[in-house]
Amino acid sequence: MKKKFKLLIYFSLSILFYSTKLLSAEAVDPIKIDWSFKGYTGKFDRASLQRGFQVYKEVCSSCHSMQYLSYRNLGEPGGPEFTEAEVKAIAASVEVTDGPDSQGEMFKRPGRPSDKFVNPYPNVQAAAAANGGAYPPDMSVLVKARKGGANYIYSVLMGYEDKPAGVILDEGVYYNKYMPGQKIKMPKVLSDGLVDYSDGTVSTEDQMAKDVTTFLSWAAEPELEARHKLGVKVLIYLILLSILVYLSMKKLWSRIDSEI
Amino acid sequence: MSDHEYQPTSKAGKWFNDRLPLLSLVSHLKDYPTPKNLNYWWTFGGILTFCLLTQIITGIVLAMHYVAHADLAFGSVEHIMRDVNYGWLIRYIHSNGASMFFLAVYIHIFRSLFYGSYKSPREIIWIIGILIYLLMMAAAFMGYVLPWGQMSFWGATVITNLFSAIPLVGESITTWLWGAYSVDNPTLNRFFSLHYLIPFLILGLVVLHIWALHVPGNNNPVGIDIKKPSKDTVPFHPYITIKDIFALLVFMIIFAGFVFFAPNVLGHSDNYIPANPMVTPAHIVPEWYLLPFYAILRSVPDKLGGVILMFSAIFILFILPWLDTSKVRSAVFRPIYRQFFWILVLDILVLGYVGAMPAEGIYLVLARVGTIYYFLHFLVILPVVGYLEKTDPLPINISDAVMSGSSNLSIAKKDEKKV
Repeated sequence: MKKKFKLLIYFSLSILFYSTKLLSAEAVDPIKIDWSFKGYTGKFDRASLQRGFQVYKEVCSSCHSMQYLSYRNLGEPGGPEFTEAEVKAIAASVEVTDGPDSQGEMFKRPGRPSDKFVNPYPNVQAAAAANGGAYPPDMSVLVKARKGGANYIYSVLMGYEDKPAGVILDEGVYYNKYMPGQKIKMPKVLSDGLVDYSDGTVSTEDQMAKDVTTFLSWAAEPELEARHKLGVKVLIYLILLSILVYLSMKKLWSRIDSEI
Repeated sequence: MSDHEYQPTSKAGKWFNDRLPLLSLVSHLKDYPTPKNLNYWWTFGGILTFCLLTQIITGIVLAMHYVAHADLAFGSVEHIMRDVNYGWLIRYIHSNGASMFFLAVYIHIFRSLFYGSYKSPREIIWIIGILIYLLMMAAAFMGYVLPWGQMSFWGATVITNLFSAIPLVGESITTWLWGAYSVDNPTLNRFFSLHYLIPFLILGLVVLHIWALHVPGNNNPVGIDIKKPSKDTVPFHPYITIKDIFALLVFMIIFAGFVFFAPNVLGHSDNYIPANPMVTPAHIVPEWYLLPFYAILRSVPDKLGGVILMFSAIFILFILPWLDTSKVRSAVFRPIYRQFFWILVLDILVLGYVGAMPAEGIYLVLARVGTIYYFLHFLVILPVVGYLEKTDPLPINISDAVMSGSSNLSIAKKDEKKV
C-alpha cells in the first residue's frame, strides 16, 4: 500500500513537470540581469536612476505617460534623489494646464514639484490615434504589471531583431523576440549615443536600457528601499522575540508531563 | 458556559459580574482545560484569529483612503502606495494577509480532516467553520475586485457570469448582481460595501465557532474523549497561550517575508494594468487559494454542470461528519484512511495546479481525474473505509499515550513498521 502510494506521487509529479516543460517551450525567457535592487538589502543605483530619468524624459516621455508620479518624488529618499533645486528646475521645464482661474479660464503655468508628471497626450484615445492604434501604456507601475518585471522590460528594449524568414509583419509592427507573440507596435527607440549623459557615462544602447529599466523599477516601487530596510529590522525583531518566547515556553512546559 | 463557579475577589468586581458575567467568561477562557498533547497543527486557530483581526484593522485604514469608483479606484490604490504614510505597508499586509489567512485556514481544515475533529460531538463547530470558509472566499474574491485592475475586472466578470448558468432566471440574476448590464461602477460599489460587511459576519461566526468548541472541548491528536480537567489537560493560560504565541511569531516571520521581500509574488502582474472592458487578458485566473475550485468548474464541458459541481465541492463539506462512518477520530489509528487522506491532499494540490493552467490537453484530463477523485473520496471512500477498516487499538488516556513517547509520532512510527 505504502509503495503504491509513493509510486502514485512520483507519477503525478512527473506529469506536472513534464507538462510545465511543454508549456514553457513557446515563450522566450527574458535576459536575467543582476539588478542592484534585488535581494533582501537591494538598493537602487542612484546614478543609474538619474541617468534613467534622463532617458525617460528625452525618449520615453514623448509617448508614455507616468501619471501617478509627481516631480517631488524625484527628490525623495530612495529615489533618484535630485537636489531640491534640480527638482524645481525639472518641474519648471514643463508647462502645466491649471485653472479655472477667477475668470473661468484655463491657463498655462510652469510646473511645480507638487505637480503630477504631465501626460504627453490629452487622453488615451489621442495617444492610441497618434501611435497607430496602440496605446503606449502608462509607465508608473509598468514593471509590476509585466510578468518578469525589470528583466522583461530590459529584454524587450534589447530584443529588437530582424524578423525571421516566414514571419509577416503589418505596417507599423516590429519584431521583438521577448514580446509575447513576438510582435510589438513600439519601434526600436534606443541606439548608441542617443542621449548625452550629463555624468559622462557612455550612452550605449545596453547602458540606456539598464538605466531606464532601473528608473522604471523605482517608479513602480518607490517604497522598495524603505521596505527592504524596515523588513530586515522586522525579521530580526521577530526572530529574536521567537527565540525568547520559545525558551519561556520550554521553561513553562517543563512543569508538565508532556512534550510540546 | 463556565465549568465552575467563579467569584471575583473585589466588591466592585462582584457587583459588575453579577450584572454582566464578563469576568466569569475571562476566568473560563483562562482555565479552559485543554488536552496537553496538542501539537503545532492546533495553533492555527489562534493564528487565524490574528489573521482576521489584521485584515479588519488594515482594511479599515485602507478604506479611509480608497475610492470605490470605476474611474478612480486604481488611482486611489496608487495614492495609498505612494502618498499615504506607510500606505504601501498597510496595503501589502492586507493583500498578502489574505493569502496568509487562506494558508492558515487550509492547514486548519486539513488538521481537522486528519484528526477527525469534525466528528461527533463537534459537528456544529465544523459546520460553522465551513460557513466561515465560504464567507472568506466571498470576501477575498470581492476584495480582489476592488483595485480595479485587469484581473479584478475579468475575474469579477467570470465569477458573476456563473450565475447566468441558472436556467430561466440566470440572466436576470446576473444583471441584478451587477446593477448594470456588465461589470461596471455599480458592481464595484456593492462589492466594496459587501467586502466591508463580510469580515464582521465572519467575526460573529468565529465567536460561535469558539463557543461551540468550548462545549465539548478540544479534540486532540490521539482523538479520544478525555476527562476535563484531569492529568490529561492543562489550563489554557499560560500553557496554550504561550505555545500559540510562539507559533504565531513563526507564522509572522513567513508573513513578513512576503510583505517586505516578495509582496507581489502571490498576486498576478495583470492586476497592475487598469481594468479595460475592451481587452481580455490571455489567461483569467483567480488567486491561488481559489484555484482547486476553478479547476473543478472548468473540468465540466457544460457551464451549469460546472457551476453545480463547483458549489457541490464546497457544500459536500457540510455533510462530511455524516459521510465518515468510522467511530475512530484520529487518522493516527486509522492506517487505511491515513493514506487516503494524503491522496486527497495531493489531489487538491493537483487541482490547484491545473486551475492555474489553460483548460486544455493534459490539464483538462488531470482536472477531470482530480474532480472525480475529489467526489469519490467524500462520497465513496470515506463511508466504505469507515466500515471495512481495522483500526489500531486506542489508548485509554492521553497520559499513557504521551508517556510511551510522543503523542502521535511513535504511534505512527510503530504503525509504519507493521506495514
